[in-house]
Amino acid sequence: MEHNTCFHCGDDCGSQPITFQEKSFCCNGCKTVFEIFNENDLTCYYDLQNSPGAIPKEIEGKYDFLSQDNIIEKLTEFRSDSIEIVTLYIPHIHCSSCIWILENLNKLNPNISDSQVNFGKKTVRITYNSETTDLKPVVLLLSSIGYEPYISLDDFKSGKQHINRTLIYKLGVAAFGFGNIMFLSFPEYFEVNEYWLEQYKPVFRWLMFALSLPVVFYSAQDYFISAFKGLKAKLLNIDVPIALGISVLFIRSTVEIIFDLGSGFFDSLAGLVFFLLVGKFFQQKTYDFLSFERDYKSYFPIAITKIDKNGIENSIQVYDIEKGDRILIRNEELIPVDGILINGNAKIDYSFVTGESQTVSKQSGDKLFAGGKQTQGVIEMEALKSVEQSYLTQLWSNDVFNKNKEDGFTNITNTISKHFTIAILSISVIATAFWLITDSTKAMNVFTAVLIIACPCAIALSAPFTFGNLLRIFGKQKFYVKNASVIEQLAKINTVIFDKTGTITSNKHSNAEYDGDLLSDSENLVLKNSLRGSNHPLSRTLYNVLKENNIVILDAFEEHIGKGIEAKHKAVNMKIGSASFVGNPNETTVLNTTVHISSNNVYKGKFTFYNSYRKGVSKLFNQLKQQFDLVILSGDNEGERENLKKLLPAKTKLIFNQKPEDKLDFIKYHQSEGAKVLMIGDGLNDAGALAQSDVGIAISEDVNVFSPACDAILDATKFKELFSYIKASKSAIKIIKWSFLLSFIYNVIGLYFAVTGQLEPVVAAILMPLSSISIVVFTTIATNVLGKRLK
Amino acid sequence: MSVIYILLSVSVVVGVTFLVIFLMAVRSGQYDDDYTPSVRMLFEDELVKEHNTSKQTKTD
Repeated sequence: MEHNTCFHCGDDCGSQPITFQEKSFCCNGCKTVFEIFNENDLTCYYDLQNSPGAIPKEIEGKYDFLSQDNIIEKLTEFRSDSIEIVTLYIPHIHCSSCIWILENLNKLNPNISDSQVNFGKKTVRITYNSETTDLKPVVLLLSSIGYEPYISLDDFKSGKQHINRTLIYKLGVAAFGFGNIMFLSFPEYFEVNEYWLEQYKPVFRWLMFALSLPVVFYSAQDYFISAFKGLKAKLLNIDVPIALGISVLFIRSTVEIIFDLGSGFFDSLAGLVFFLLVGKFFQQKTYDFLSFERDYKSYFPIAITKIDKNGIENSIQVYDIEKGDRILIRNEELIPVDGILINGNAKIDYSFVTGESQTVSKQSGDKLFAGGKQTQGVIEMEALKSVEQSYLTQLWSNDVFNKNKEDGFTNITNTISKHFTIAILSISVIATAFWLITDSTKAMNVFTAVLIIACPCAIALSAPFTFGNLLRIFGKQKFYVKNASVIEQLAKINTVIFDKTGTITSNKHSNAEYDGDLLSDSENLVLKNSLRGSNHPLSRTLYNVLKENNIVILDAFEEHIGKGIEAKHKAVNMKIGSASFVGNPNETTVLNTTVHISSNNVYKGKFTFYNSYRKGVSKLFNQLKQQFDLVILSGDNEGERENLKKLLPAKTKLIFNQKPEDKLDFIKYHQSEGAKVLMIGDGLNDAGALAQSDVGIAISEDVNVFSPACDAILDATKFKELFSYIKASKSAIKIIKWSFLLSFIYNVIGLYFAVTGQLEPVVAAILMPLSSISIVVFTTIATNVLGKRLK
Repeated sequence: MSVIYILLSVSVVVGVTFLVIFLMAVRSGQYDDDYTPSVRMLFEDELVKEHNTSKQTKTD
């Protein structure tokens, strides 16, 4: 038996695991969860998956706001006297054990009558009796078993979200019409001249007409609307020839059956609409567990503790915070407004904002900016602004966030459709003119036949299937793209802009270099051991950087919060920490983070921390430099300039000290000069730049947790593959061009029949599905070959 | 000969019935989550097994 990993969460238990029932646990939290499950006969949880759990977090006082009526009102989706239903987002949901335990919540709290997990969305929908329990105990129960729900300002809207399913309805109706009309037109395909079939022809025909009505007027309505809008804006988009084709098909077929001229083209009509909708459906690839629309609201809390004049704590909604309010921020809570620190030791993690995971210490009187997360103890602060006016949140008032990127962008299909429509219209006019002279009875026939056969079904399908398939391939490679037009934009990029911290540097690893007098063995021993006792992030980093040493028990150890550590072992009395704490005589202002060391009151030297760059950064930049302009746009100071210069190709522009608005303006300026910008960033401070750029990609260490609004989310482990994704997008455009060529060939064949006036319904019924299916097959195979090359 | 009317109406009625059932199924939201039910359906067995083992350990 391995005893080194925690039975509950799978973490390393360290040298002293807590054992309970012959199972080892890394901490008391995990053990408690196991005890809860054990008491309630729920240990089956551990049978489904090995160590599925999470360590429960400190939640003291954190959910007090959930007992407020107006907040419950906003969070629940249904509320009556006895029953409340709430849907909670739980990021930890990741395996079948999670589904099992969360759907057995009623065994832990009998007041919960039903809980249902949506694994894709990572949500659980809980129904509970509101007479005997409340939202708060339910949330506390979830937190106590390691499934802490994530409640943010984004949830602050009541009612159920509307899910749009119209496309599926339309597809269903079209499939129904297509199948049944095909069925009914069979007798006429084979021209069985049996007496009774002849006699009942009108019945069959009018039945087909009836079935085609919902297909034309319901399923196909989007094409008419879009074509109309396009014409109004003087654009010949792809929907114009499609709408034209559909209407001509329908009108001609109706006329044919009214005057008993023929059986009409209802089969082709329904088939066409069906295939087009399948294309549309395929192009929609949604990642339930990802959101591309997040703004600061997804990260900010709903409520915060306010201390009134009499020192009484109240929960208030963050929107109600006013200037001058005194607010309390607990450990692990986010600062929602700009303010001044009044009490307590602030150690703020701004990784949401900048991507930098190193915490910043603040003293009483210092200014705190919204978006930081307190990581140690409780602090009190005074609000200087309201939520919407804070430094960070102000960024969202920029116009760029209200703009839809897809507008004002002509996609490849619409570009070609312009020429296509004009060509088709001229051919039909010329052919009609020719037939008017030779055989005027056929003229009308030829005119409509050209428009029918030229209906660009295959062209309209090329892009949806190519991009749709590539979206799925990218998704498997952990590159999650919002929609098809992003791939098209990506193929046109000529400038790539990177954020520095958190984007090309890694959050997890950091390097430290020592500069100063050499430390003796005993000093090294004390240093390593005193760092071992400290929980400060810099100490942890430094501890991991230093080489192994024996574990000794220190004679004295004291941590001065915000300053450093003082430790004593035998003859060595060591101070580790800030320059002033250690007593550095000649302190110079350096831009990098440093930790200073003194031994027996003699200054020894300092460790300087450097960002550690992601693996493959240099290689990626060298690949990119051939085709793109490269820029590093960083919010940090210039401390890393020299390092970056060594690492990156010479032509890379390095720009530092950029505020969020500066980044946005920088991109806007370059776009006005004709650049197509790809922005790669990670923090909320990049949100403006990501929205302004032609394609904004957010890098994320954990795609479930954090990413600002963007067009695509890239898993950090796949960062070095970026170039091949851009290359694949370019190849996708090539595939589409080839399939356009293929569909032109079909069109030429069809036009031959149409122009010569011999278009039979059966020819149309064969040619149309054939061209559509071969385009689908071609694009699918081609993109899969492309996908193979990605690996 | 009018049997053709009966056959045609039966075929259309069957078709419409399936369409309505499909639309109702989509409307009820059962296609919204296509993963969780596939996991959930396997749990029943696990629960029974757990009961058996717990009984066994008690008798042991």
